[in-house]
Amino acid sequence: MRRLLVGVPYVWLLVLFLVPFGIVLKISLSDIALAIPPYTPTLDLSGGWAGIREFFSQLDLENYVFLTSDDLYWKAYLSSLQIAVIATFLTLLAGFPIAYGMARAPEEWRPALLMLVILPFWTSFLIRVYAWIGILSTEGFLNQFLLWTGLISEPLTILNTNTAVYIGIVYTYLPFMILPIYATLERMDASLLEAAEDLGCSRIQAFWLVTLPLARPGVVAGCFLVFIPTLGEFVIPSLLGGSDTLMIGKVLWEEFFNNRDWPVASAVAIILLLILIVPIILFQRNQQLNREAEQ
Amino acid sequence: MKIKFATMTAVIALGATAAFAEEVRVYNWSDYIDESLLEKFEAETGIELIYDVFDSNEVLETKMLAGGSGYDVVVPTGDFLQRQITAGAFQQLDFDKLPNSVNLWELIKDRTEQYDPGNSYSINYMWGTTGIGVNVAKVAEVLGDDAPIGSLDLIFNPENMEKLAECGVYMLDAPTEIIPAALAYLGEDPNSFDTDMINKAGDVLLGVRPHILKFHSSEYINALANGDICVAFGWSGDILQARDRADEADNGVEIAYNAPSEGALMWFDQMAIPVDAPNPEAAHKFLNFIMDAENMAAASNYVYYANGNEASMPFLEEDVIGDPAIYPSEATLENLYTAVPYPPKVQRVVTRLWTKVKSGT
Repeated sequence: MRRLLVGVPYVWLLVLFLVPFGIVLKISLSDIALAIPPYTPTLDLSGGWAGIREFFSQLDLENYVFLTSDDLYWKAYLSSLQIAVIATFLTLLAGFPIAYGMARAPEEWRPALLMLVILPFWTSFLIRVYAWIGILSTEGFLNQFLLWTGLISEPLTILNTNTAVYIGIVYTYLPFMILPIYATLERMDASLLEAAEDLGCSRIQAFWLVTLPLARPGVVAGCFLVFIPTLGEFVIPSLLGGSDTLMIGKVLWEEFFNNRDWPVASAVAIILLLILIVPIILFQRNQQLNREAEQ
Repeated sequence: MKIKFATMTAVIALGATAAFAEEVRVYNWSDYIDESLLEKFEAETGIELIYDVFDSNEVLETKMLAGGSGYDVVVPTGDFLQRQITAGAFQQLDFDKLPNSVNLWELIKDRTEQYDPGNSYSINYMWGTTGIGVNVAKVAEVLGDDAPIGSLDLIFNPENMEKLAECGVYMLDAPTEIIPAALAYLGEDPNSFDTDMINKAGDVLLGVRPHILKFHSSEYINALANGDICVAFGWSGDILQARDRADEADNGVEIAYNAPSEGALMWFDQMAIPVDAPNPEAAHKFLNFIMDAENMAAASNYVYYANGNEASMPFLEEDVIGDPAIYPSEATLENLYTAVPYPPKVQRVVTRLWTKVKSGT
């Protein structure tokens, strides 16, 4: 019984991570073909052991070599990295004050405030991103409002630029930043601040010396939760970004749909995963350190 | 009250199943049919019609090559159809179940034979050209009354485009249509597989890229009709739909379409049945329904595209059959070229070039 319980997470990992990963890895080692599915070889178990050996002998690293021959892929990875870093920072700037305010709010308000943060998840993500098209377009609500107030005389071009992409990312991922920060701030012992003030700290000094260091685990967790999905983001840049917004998710889409080259697309995906593994491991270590610190 | 509600739901559910014993799933281009035809099909056959739309051949092809799309009828363009037939994505049509196929137009069948030898896998739905839509007043304001609105010079000459950028230019997000057009502008063979030649076409595109507002394959209908943009390089019927919408809105926007004088791409959207269609029987019924002369005419009257159905001609409205932008004259037909699918290596060069044009990388 106990062994069964311990085994469950491993089965989970195998079915939901390793099997899909294995399939994508295998396709990335295949060659493009005009067939259904559009690559070769496909695994045919009827050939027996010899068939399987034949299958493996046809796999090679050609597609990975191809990725190094064109600077498009590097530029797309770097540009995604840049967008993800900037967007994570902006989300932190917006998310921290909100989490701080929530944690300092009277206790009876907190469940309602938490609810408000989670509420947007009740609508489809796609529809919420589409709503931003209505807000940001040249004839959109934002421009009409700004024109009405007289702040601008010509409509601003926001939609189809990187600015719109940042707005979309910050909006979408804000709850992922707020929730972990709120969790750490809420647990913080308020008497620590009193002690700091008793010892001669101003309120601002106490914030920098006590609150911020104690909030660090939540900040780090929030940043990873935003950074990791943003790096491979596709929907937001394709709906809100312009033709010149270069992100690896879009390049991947083009490999799949325009070139119909599943093997190269899979190779791009594998590299993306390898790049993500570093921050994921760092994230895990951070979580582990937090747990140890608590014990 | 609760019981009553439950009974009611049961009755509604039963009603729904009683009305539709079967279903047929159709995947067609967006803004591409008179939707009253969909209800008419359901009423006539008692088959539930599930109708989904797409706006790029690439998306359709990926679904076809992945297999198991679940669609019974799909509508690829000729050159894409040809490649998908080679990949084994479609089943041969059973013409015994398609008595209305006698209505098809021999002239168009001769041309689609290039993609579907013997026309055994597909029937023509609509055909049209790729060309230039302009907001007449705005373009005249920017470029003067003698603006070359019927020539590729309008969209591929940076001098013109620099001025047009003020009022907005959209272009199809379809490399397999834009690159042949740029080659035609250079006076070269639009179907060239020579990658040096294709890169020269790319230079033309890069030259005008800074002045193009957006690459998109369906938004330009509304953008043109609302007067948000002044030029769109797009599909004939879509631009004519924009003209029609502007007329209806009576917003003072006048749209004109021209097939470029340097030669225009003539394309054919073909209806075909995927090899793994769940309900091929119903798919044949749908194709037969569409090939009915009056139904086909209703579709063309609505979307402003020419069809491959000769028997439908008497039912076409005068502003459709009489419009040379939809049913071109013999002389224009001579000047049209058709597309040939790129081999994979050339396709890669084309896609790479397209990424470079769009993203600057």
